[in-house]
Amino acid sequence: MFEKSLKQLGDALRAKKISSVELTQSYLDRIAKFNPELNAFITVNPEVSLAQAQAADERLAAGTAEALTGIPIAQKDIFCAKGWLTTCGSKMLSNFVSPYDAHIIAQFNNAGAVNLGKTNMDEFAMGSSNETSHYGPVKNPWDQTRVPGGSSGGTATAVAARLAAAATGTDTGGSIRQPAALCGISGLKPTYGVCSRYGMIAFASSLDQAGPMGRNAEDLALLLNTMAGFDERDSTSLQRDKEDYARDLEKPLNGLRIGLPKEFFAEGLDSDVAQTVEAAIAEYKKLGATVVEINLPNTRLSIPVYYVLAPAEASSNLSRFDGVRYGYRAPEYGDLTDMYEKSRAQGFGEEVKRRIMIGTYVLSHGYYDAYYLQAQKIRRLIAQDFTEAFKQCDVIMGPTSPSTAFKLGEKGDDPVQMYLSDIYTIAVNLAGLPGMSIPCGFGENDMPVGLQIIGNYFDEARMLNVAHQYQLATDWHSRAPQA
Amino acid sequence: MSLSTDDVKKVASLARLAVTEAEVETAHNQLSGIFDLIAEMQAVDTAGIEPMSHAQDVTQRLREDVVTEENQRKLFQSVAPQVEAGLYLVPKVIE
Repeated sequence: MFEKSLKQLGDALRAKKISSVELTQSYLDRIAKFNPELNAFITVNPEVSLAQAQAADERLAAGTAEALTGIPIAQKDIFCAKGWLTTCGSKMLSNFVSPYDAHIIAQFNNAGAVNLGKTNMDEFAMGSSNETSHYGPVKNPWDQTRVPGGSSGGTATAVAARLAAAATGTDTGGSIRQPAALCGISGLKPTYGVCSRYGMIAFASSLDQAGPMGRNAEDLALLLNTMAGFDERDSTSLQRDKEDYARDLEKPLNGLRIGLPKEFFAEGLDSDVAQTVEAAIAEYKKLGATVVEINLPNTRLSIPVYYVLAPAEASSNLSRFDGVRYGYRAPEYGDLTDMYEKSRAQGFGEEVKRRIMIGTYVLSHGYYDAYYLQAQKIRRLIAQDFTEAFKQCDVIMGPTSPSTAFKLGEKGDDPVQMYLSDIYTIAVNLAGLPGMSIPCGFGENDMPVGLQIIGNYFDEARMLNVAHQYQLATDWHSRAPQA
Repeated sequence: MSLSTDDVKKVASLARLAVTEAEVETAHNQLSGIFDLIAEMQAVDTAGIEPMSHAQDVTQRLREDVVTEENQRKLFQSVAPQVEAGLYLVPKVIE
């Protein structure tokens, strides 16, 4: 049952072979058994989940079920869910029971999905290893001495360890794709603006995007069908016609043109990852694709640009945490400024404070043009690189991450080393393009390797088709860590 | 670009973050490393390039100026650190 796809689970539920209550309980049992060591969930709320499952069973009995009705899906703890503790991985929100639902949560609720719990994450989604969480690091289920990636590391571990049928993530600089790669699952960051940011706790608003994480491309298509859609409460939500992201899954790949950016296969890429990704490309050629070398010359600038823009936006977004309307307030303080300063100093962790300070500095008087404006200009150059590249190819492929999962604590003291691990994912966020990662084999130490697939704007259905056809021909996506 | 410890203290103050001397020292080292990384950006010639603030060239939507939300003060204040009589309490700012 834990190996079934979402479609198979939906069929079993509608055929009354299993009830949602039974399915939900069996996942809750697995969480109770494995979460103490993996730490993938911050909050589980069995009574609430089972009540939702009960309601789903009634819907199934009444014949009004949809594709995801009754299926237990975990939610990254960045999404506000009414009545649920919503911490965003931070002490700052350690007491925040959300009074409202994020758009994404409401979409899943309307679809009749069961909220299985809130997954662990880097604090305010700032991190690439899940080690910045106030609730402790998540372990990679393939090797518990290693990180799951981040920031959606709890989600990646939960899906890989079969603690949830599927789950959600968010991706500001790679936070869906990198943990998906490091944990051997599939994850998709849609085009910026496809999924509403309403109720998704903001990190860098011009880059943040929610997306699905699951075991295969077919599951991601079903999840995205529920998650995507216009929402007037998000000012950057795009008004587009509803689409079925599963519509092209079965199309053959004959004639597909794959662009390989030479910058993605250069210095800094581990040889085991390079070999595994090259083998995946060879498989695509067998499926009828052709390969063209492309250039993304500004790739290396994406890291400095990102580490100006994202902290700048974060410093502004996180100014709302002041110990007045919600969240943590220091137990002792003098005047109002002292209350702000102590509440924020105690409520935020080191990485968050570091980024708030970077952001505050680059936005401060006299530095705006040199940093923020310059970064926004180079952002356009980076986006133009992709526009040029897509004249020659249909999708771009390469590694998701330069290495497989690293050891817990390995990069903890050196923020710059941690930032460099996002080299292949960040440019996609800066350009606002859709990107995904699918498992394509194992590197040294038998750790999973992710293949990144980057599409043109609004090409999610094609990317899912490209991923699905590979998953029909290979079985990397169905490998699971030993329990 | 070199950042001084005074810069770090000033930034922390602007960001309303209380910092100890030891934290200033650590932050100074780490932020300097990060700004060295960022400095790579400065050499790029961006003359005539339009800054990009958003991935899609869309304009801000407007809506009718009507009330769309109901008053949920009680619910929203249930998560506040300190409230009284429907008001948020903070230390006195005017003597």
